Amino acid sequence: MSTMLRINRDKCGYCGTCVAVCPEDALELIDAYLSLERECIACGICARACPLGALEVVHEE
Amino acid sequence: MKSNYDILVIGGGPAGALAAKTAAEAGNSVCLIEKRPAIGTPVRCAEGIGKELLKEYIKPDPRWISADIERARIISPNGTAIKLDQDRAGNEVGYVLDRKIFDRELVWQAAEAGADVIVKTRATAPIMENGAVRGAKVLSAGMPADIRAEVVIAADGTEAQFARRAGLDTVVPLREMMSCAQYLMTDIDIDAGSTDFYLGNEIAPEGYLWVFPKGDRTANVGIGITGRKSRDGSRAKDYLDRFVAKNFPNGKTIEAIAGGVPVCRPLACTVADGLMVAGDAARVVDPITGGGIGNAMFTGRLAAQVASTCIETGNCSKEALMPYDMGWRASKMGAGIERNYKVKEYFVTLDDAKLNTLAESIASISLKEFSVLALIKELIKRNPKMLLELKALKNTLS
Repeated sequence: MSTMLRINRDKCGYCGTCVAVCPEDALELIDAYLSLERECIACGICARACPLGALEVVHEE
Repeated sequence: MKSNYDILVIGGGPAGALAAKTAAEAGNSVCLIEKRPAIGTPVRCAEGIGKELLKEYIKPDPRWISADIERARIISPNGTAIKLDQDRAGNEVGYVLDRKIFDRELVWQAAEAGADVIVKTRATAPIMENGAVRGAKVLSAGMPADIRAEVVIAADGTEAQFARRAGLDTVVPLREMMSCAQYLMTDIDIDAGSTDFYLGNEIAPEGYLWVFPKGDRTANVGIGITGRKSRDGSRAKDYLDRFVAKNFPNGKTIEAIAGGVPVCRPLACTVADGLMVAGDAARVVDPITGGGIGNAMFTGRLAAQVASTCIETGNCSKEALMPYDMGWRASKMGAGIERNYKVKEYFVTLDDAKLNTLAESIASISLKEFSVLALIKELIKRNPKMLLELKALKNTLS
């Protein structure tokens, strides 16, 4: 099983709040596009901070 | 694209614009890069600023002032309103800006002063040599390039990735990140001369909800809650939607935005070899109000002034740039941030009953001055029973 971060682009307000709280510098906000650029540890801090609920740590078989 | 400048500024907000303008006026070759394709948009701001503060940097212009504010109301959980009037307070309250136009004006002024401005250009990493920042690796509309500079001023806002990649710790703890959402609403019944702040753990836990007029029947209606209070079903947007459904059910939302406001202490150090950090990236936001426009302009300008001196003397080491860090910390702004940080840490511990008691104690008084400090002093004076708790707070004010 692996954990990963799922970005719901329809909910995302591309505000960058997640970028500033990410302990791994894994997220990158490129204009109106949030992208997972580097290694994510699936800590879920970004998902908590998101004002819109656009991020989710998901567990996959 | 030129590849060599005296000063490279990263970010085209108020901090970056003031840095670029000041640096260009001092005779430096300056380049300002902005990752977005347009300066000023999308807005990530409630757009309020004190009049006196604004005037230190630019002459007020109706083209980018949406509303002239004469009153403020702080509404406690049970509806008790603390009213602060301009006449009663004896000084001016503030403006609500149109940041789309305001930010463009500031960058325009930087360009007029001689700075190069390049949009849709993102700094991906600092150019590091012997531990010192010597410029930035950028992607300009997808094309990689190097821009070298004697000093880089990182004014890249909340994300603050440039300084982070140069080795500074810019990560905001979850509990000190205000998770914010805002609607620009029209066709709503509001007092167009009053900024309203709603407090309470049901309304905006560990934060506040604001209604900042943008003209008749139009306002920024927004909210900030701390990251630790933000969860599925109780996020900033959820609280905002509930408030809007109750208070402005027939309002129309013409813009919906989100944002993060860091209310942690400023960075431990805002300079490194060849690098200075200004504005939200330096975390110089007022921890009580979340206001950052004035502080951004202040630090942007000061950074450029110090950088200019250092470039002239040919020494842009951390030590040489330190007068910037020491300068803003010793300033009225720096002292205010430190004080308001402690005030914020106290206020987030208050439950609704205490907030109501405090609000009722000062609801009918006149303040000589319109400021957080004046408010707190009055609260302490009027609440002897809470003195024990307020004592620690009082000590921070002296």
